[in-house]
Amino acid sequence: MSLAQDFPNLSAPGKAAGSSRPLVTRLSEWTTTVDHKRIGIMYMLMAFVFLLFGGVEALLIRVQLWSPRSEFLDPDTFNQLFTMHGTTMIFFVIMPMIGCFSNYMVPLMIGARDVAFPRLNALGFWLSLFGGMILYLSYFTGEGLYGAGSAPDVGWFGYAPLTSPAYAKGNAVDYWLLGTMLSGVGGVTLGMNLVATILTMRAPGMKLSKVPLFVWMMLVDGFLITFAFPPFTGAQVMLVLDRHLGAHFFDTQVGGSAILWQHLFWFFGHPEVYIIALPAFAIISEVIPVFSRKVIFGYASMAMATAAIGFVSMMVWAHHMFTVGMIGALDAFFGVASLMVAIPTGIKIFNWVATLYGGRLRMKTPMIYALGFLSMFLIGGLTGIMLATVPIDWQISDSYFLVGHFHYVLFGGALFAYLAGFHYWFPKVTGRMLNERLGKIGFWFLFVGFNFLFGPMHISGILGMPRRVYSYDAGQGLEIWNQLSTIGGFIMAIGFVVLLFNILASLRKGEIAGNDPWDAWTLEWMTTSPPAPYNFETIPKVRSRRPLWDLKHPEDPDWKHE
Amino acid sequence: MSESISVSGTPADTLPPIQPIRSPFTALQFGMMTVMCFEGVLFITFLIAYTIYLGEGDGPTPTETLSLPLALLNSVFLLSSSATIWLGTRAFSRANHAGGLNEGDGPGAEHSLDQPVCSKDTSGYTFWILVTIALGGVFLLGTAYEWSELIFEHGVTISSSLFGTTFFTLIGCHALHVIVGLSVMALLIEMNRRRCLAANSEGPELMAWYWHFVDAVWVVIVLVVYVFGR
Repeated sequence: MSLAQDFPNLSAPGKAAGSSRPLVTRLSEWTTTVDHKRIGIMYMLMAFVFLLFGGVEALLIRVQLWSPRSEFLDPDTFNQLFTMHGTTMIFFVIMPMIGCFSNYMVPLMIGARDVAFPRLNALGFWLSLFGGMILYLSYFTGEGLYGAGSAPDVGWFGYAPLTSPAYAKGNAVDYWLLGTMLSGVGGVTLGMNLVATILTMRAPGMKLSKVPLFVWMMLVDGFLITFAFPPFTGAQVMLVLDRHLGAHFFDTQVGGSAILWQHLFWFFGHPEVYIIALPAFAIISEVIPVFSRKVIFGYASMAMATAAIGFVSMMVWAHHMFTVGMIGALDAFFGVASLMVAIPTGIKIFNWVATLYGGRLRMKTPMIYALGFLSMFLIGGLTGIMLATVPIDWQISDSYFLVGHFHYVLFGGALFAYLAGFHYWFPKVTGRMLNERLGKIGFWFLFVGFNFLFGPMHISGILGMPRRVYSYDAGQGLEIWNQLSTIGGFIMAIGFVVLLFNILASLRKGEIAGNDPWDAWTLEWMTTSPPAPYNFETIPKVRSRRPLWDLKHPEDPDWKHE
Repeated sequence: MSESISVSGTPADTLPPIQPIRSPFTALQFGMMTVMCFEGVLFITFLIAYTIYLGEGDGPTPTETLSLPLALLNSVFLLSSSATIWLGTRAFSRANHAGGLNEGDGPGAEHSLDQPVCSKDTSGYTFWILVTIALGGVFLLGTAYEWSELIFEHGVTISSSLFGTTFFTLIGCHALHVIVGLSVMALLIEMNRRRCLAANSEGPELMAWYWHFVDAVWVVIVLVVYVFGR
């Protein structure tokens, strides 16, 4: 109990020991740290800063689309905004959030004192951060020698030949390339650490069949990162050579192929969706059992389904390219493979629902976010099945239907789950509880706003509104759906403001959390909140998948039943 | 806090025994494996680009410009360096009586951070690594000769044709990996000279893994580019 006083953790807010030192000392401690917990916190701070940028960009897009033939933004600015929004959200919001959860939680959950390569870990964080800063520098110097700023405007997947020197003058695309490349290297350090840490540093007794599902899924995530990023890195190297040394990889005039970029990009881009989704599944697999007061249903099938998703996700990339005009056999293969993803994902959904079934549900904020994830991700998955059907994809690909679909997956799916995790582990990280009432208000703003924003996009897409076009004509029945979307966007903005206010208020005056506020079962709740720099005084011993249950219920421990 | 460390409340004799986690590889070895997976997929990407662009575009073809005998001669130097680095690693582990792998103390091994137990006799290791560096250097010279022939005799550059684009990217990426490998070897030798190499250092073994990987990639490149691609 006295650990917190003996070793004051400087990440704790408002602690006298932390604030008595000079600011420079504390800043230097943060910038030179190799502690996985501090790096995790910095990842989350970075994600919030870029979430603000990406969110403002999205709101500007929505304002522009409020009325037909709007003159609020000019077309060039609009192109830059959707490019920056997509790149920011994928590489500099969601990836850092994965960095936060995996860094902070994996060592604690497996009873380790740090990750396998702490210095590499710090390097990865700083590379990611500098990658994001390089991307945004383009606003100031993107025209290169012309002295003016210009953000990249090639879309977040930067299709050739838009990125060729002829069409992308100045250096904006180079900033985009360099920023995402650094973020990619940061991501790979994350993957290395996940694999090496989970495979070698588990507490005594914690076999791979006894790790929390969170850790299992992060392990698969680490493998996915390792195999999915290199083709993208390779493609980026090729593009740099094309742009600066006159190479011809994507130069169709000399026999190069613009399609090659698409294949390489999506070979990364599709697994990336699962790199984003698996941590979401991982968080949900922790939150739902704890707030249902039940063991997770189907542990082994969950683990197997995760591995299956990781495997299948490598073979579906060309479903992003049905409209390019591939041969029929390829269309058929990638269509069927994409439909196959629904099987392991369905197993997971049923397992979560079966965990909820008959449980004593505690409707705390993390649980509400988890249920929000479950429902919204289901909708995103169902429209995904529609899009995997090739003839339907030909009709509605690159329309707002697609935009609605992937936001239901990435926002309604991933981000709701990340927010569930954020509310779940905030007490562990800071030592204080988030305000329940504000948490729920924030959730309902986000949830209602989300459905107003992205639900109508399915309809405007079916009505024929193409994505990435800065304006539309009146009289096509598109106005009402766009206006609903814009209203939804601002409702969501209120939700984020409430969330931010909740964080700031709870950091100051939040209820003291204690070690285990949720009566949970995994190892991170065994240590203090916030944990000491060395995590555990003595490395715990593990006999079951729920070591804290064994501790709290010695009369009926789990290891008797597993 | 302390009472919550292990399962208490149950008599110790009724608890199932705890087995420490055994991993077939150390953390550093897993780390090197993920690096090799990453690099392997990267090379596959460049190899795919090379293969699909074979015969596309104008300009000199591989058949007219590439020399298989030169590539084979070069391969002799590179592949024999795989043997010499293996001899070096063997000399290192024999000198320390450690049968290859470390004890299962996993990552960390904090005690060795402050006071490293120096490797006893590193003369054999140093010798074989210097031989490896020399062989790798000859390989690089061979590549430089091949490139100068291509550039100045046949006019093939990275911007001249699709063949030049894909060839120089693929071979250049491999040569870069050779240079990185040789630099790290030089670094190991220099570290050993200035202070010492720890007796339980995994550096020599991981260095050898990386080097074998680079050589294996070269074998694939020779087959694709110089044998089947000509």
